[in-house]
Amino acid sequence: MYDKEKKLIDAYMAGSMSRRSLIRGLGSLGVTAATAGVLVNAAATRALAQNGFDWKKHSGTTVKLLLNKHPYADALIANLDNFKELTGMDVEYDVFPEDVYFDKVTAALSSGSTEYDAFMTGAYMTWTYGPAGWVDDLNEYIMDDSKTNPDYNWEDVLEGVRKSCAWNGRPGGALGSDDAKQWCIPLAYEQNNLTYNKRVFDSAGLSVPGNIDELVETAAAAKAAMDGGYGIGVRGSRSWATIHPGFLSGYANFGQKDLNVSDDGKLSAAMNTDVSKDYHAKWVKMIQDSGAPDWSTHTWYQVGTDVGAGKSAMMFDADILGYFMNGGTAEAGNLAFAPFAANPDAAAPTPNIWIWAMSMASASTKKDATWYFMQWVTGPEHDLFGAREMDLVNPARSSVWADEMFRDKLSKSYPGYVEMHDLSAPGASIKFTAQPLFFDLTTEWAASMQKMVAGEVPVDEGLDQLAASVDSQLKDAGLG
Amino acid sequence: MADIAGPPRRRGLRISRGWLPYVLSLPALLACIGILIPFFTAVAYSLQRYRLSQPWAHKWNWGENYLNFMSDPSFWNTLRVSMTYAFLTVGLELLLGLGIALLLQKRTRFNNFVSIMLLMPLMTAPALASLMWKLMTNPGFGILSYFAALIGLEDFRWASSPQTAMLTVVLVDMWVYTPFIMILLLAGLRSLPQQPFEAAALDGVPRLFVFWRITLPMLTPFLLTAVLFRVIESIQQFDIIYAMTQGGPGDKLTVFQVEAYLNFFQSTNVGRSAALLMILWVITYILSTIFIKQWLKLRERQRGET
Repeated sequence: MYDKEKKLIDAYMAGSMSRRSLIRGLGSLGVTAATAGVLVNAAATRALAQNGFDWKKHSGTTVKLLLNKHPYADALIANLDNFKELTGMDVEYDVFPEDVYFDKVTAALSSGSTEYDAFMTGAYMTWTYGPAGWVDDLNEYIMDDSKTNPDYNWEDVLEGVRKSCAWNGRPGGALGSDDAKQWCIPLAYEQNNLTYNKRVFDSAGLSVPGNIDELVETAAAAKAAMDGGYGIGVRGSRSWATIHPGFLSGYANFGQKDLNVSDDGKLSAAMNTDVSKDYHAKWVKMIQDSGAPDWSTHTWYQVGTDVGAGKSAMMFDADILGYFMNGGTAEAGNLAFAPFAANPDAAAPTPNIWIWAMSMASASTKKDATWYFMQWVTGPEHDLFGAREMDLVNPARSSVWADEMFRDKLSKSYPGYVEMHDLSAPGASIKFTAQPLFFDLTTEWAASMQKMVAGEVPVDEGLDQLAASVDSQLKDAGLG
Repeated sequence: MADIAGPPRRRGLRISRGWLPYVLSLPALLACIGILIPFFTAVAYSLQRYRLSQPWAHKWNWGENYLNFMSDPSFWNTLRVSMTYAFLTVGLELLLGLGIALLLQKRTRFNNFVSIMLLMPLMTAPALASLMWKLMTNPGFGILSYFAALIGLEDFRWASSPQTAMLTVVLVDMWVYTPFIMILLLAGLRSLPQQPFEAAALDGVPRLFVFWRITLPMLTPFLLTAVLFRVIESIQQFDIIYAMTQGGPGDKLTVFQVEAYLNFFQSTNVGRSAALLMILWVITYILSTIFIKQWLKLRERQRGET
């Protein structure tokens, strides 16, 4: 690198120059903004190499990753050369689309294959992988100074997100408890809030809803104001994924739980309380009156694309889905973001979260080398690179959220996004009870919801039936 | 002086006559092993309490998974849905396939062209056909939703409504597989001996009578073959239903394969998943046996008649 460029980047790294000034300065030297990003990250990598940690310890070793096709994986791949330069290691990877990704992970892990050393996962999945002995407890590495670089700064990872990836393996055990094992380390995460079409809201004179009753009314009013569209997008397919985003975020805001945990550790269904029935009834009515006509087949994909195409007036789903739909779609630039607390008496939103994280395969034969990769990819430098230069939203580190350049970038193109995040982040965590039947029970919950929306069963009766079935399954599995 | 060369020696591996039968049957043996090992593994799993997320509870429970089915409403729902799906798809495809085959029976250039064109859906992977139908039935822009609205079926919800979900997946199955039955029956119709038909024509026998008394009985072996293949396939249906609805809405379309898939890959309940597939194997075995016995009886009868 030439001296002039190097000086500019060093000044930027030292914080004495803004990103805009840096890009302008590099531009005058004939360097594009994209190249500037790569150069900045290369400088960060050089700085990392000088922290006294032996990054070259596993030089020459190759680790193999299993990745889901996702912007987070794109950010990882875009930055790999810096990792290779830093460590002298090589990284291979396979990328699969999300439709088949977790089947591939299950097959690879359950067969004891040594092909993959680390892989992307959701925190919920580790409730299966951990007890099955397929993934390692990463506390052993995080707490080992000889294996973890001094700048890793584990405490910098947002507490709710960090703890949501840790479980002691006891059914009903609290996430992030003192005896919890760290099954995965977050790359980034999604909160569930409102993304709404400002153009539609403005033309219909609607204001952003502040609780579940207002949400039901606003969705109906938006539908009436739209020509052929519908009021609100929420997921509806027969899958656990229907329950976890908007629905559970609102549900938890009323202090409701999926399961009760007794003092002796026994689990029982908790979704048929009066408050829960009332919330369910409102949710069901909202879908019946203002949801997608083909709601029962809607996954995150349809929910996102419909709001991006202007078919729905708003969605209560992952905030990053709104982020991605606000570019390259028919409604790009028209989408706005708002935190949402379903309970009018709640002080703040309590979004349930989805976390994309990295886990280490227990069958890996190169665990120490794999940990080098994992601490790099979940470390502050890569997180900052992904957030500033790529689409690694929402980053899992508080230092990245404090980064002015990242916040400026978000606020410029996605008005309201940062404020929404900051307001709901303190209450953001996984709201489910960690236990081995998670996927069974939550999928059944979604199937019950489909029956309620179709009018096949009244809400209160449907919830009583669901609770009875859940209790029976927990008992059969020795958990209830 | 040049060496006198003897007869040329054959190069390559020589196998003695004693080993030859074993070597020739080796591929079949390997194929059998490749089928039998997974089969018996699945049998073993079906007799275990085996959930990957609860490794501490892994043990032999012998027939408990099967006994649990007896009192499990979701199992009986799965059985009912699977049988209904198989009955409806095979029945309707048989009627439609036979009708088309009869229309195309005469060998003309047009009929040959149409019969080849009608095979196109069969070339489409069922999962892709499902995605195509999903788009065609989309309430916003789907062409089928548009046509439904034209005939007064406003807000027709296709696979997303419990009332019409079965109808929708049956339609997709019919679109994909009717050509299979059609081509099989067309081949059968065209291979039938002409003398009985010529004699009936000379005697002025009504066409309906010819159909019931001559065409249909002579076509029965082809019908049975078509039904056998289609029943086995449709009772094991997965891709169309999973791609369209994942088994929903509610439990409307949780056929065996969808339920077993979800049990294994989503719930990691290996024991229950394997037991479900064993039950499916038994049903398939019984149905296949019945059809093959009928087919053999028919062949014997026809030989006796000739």
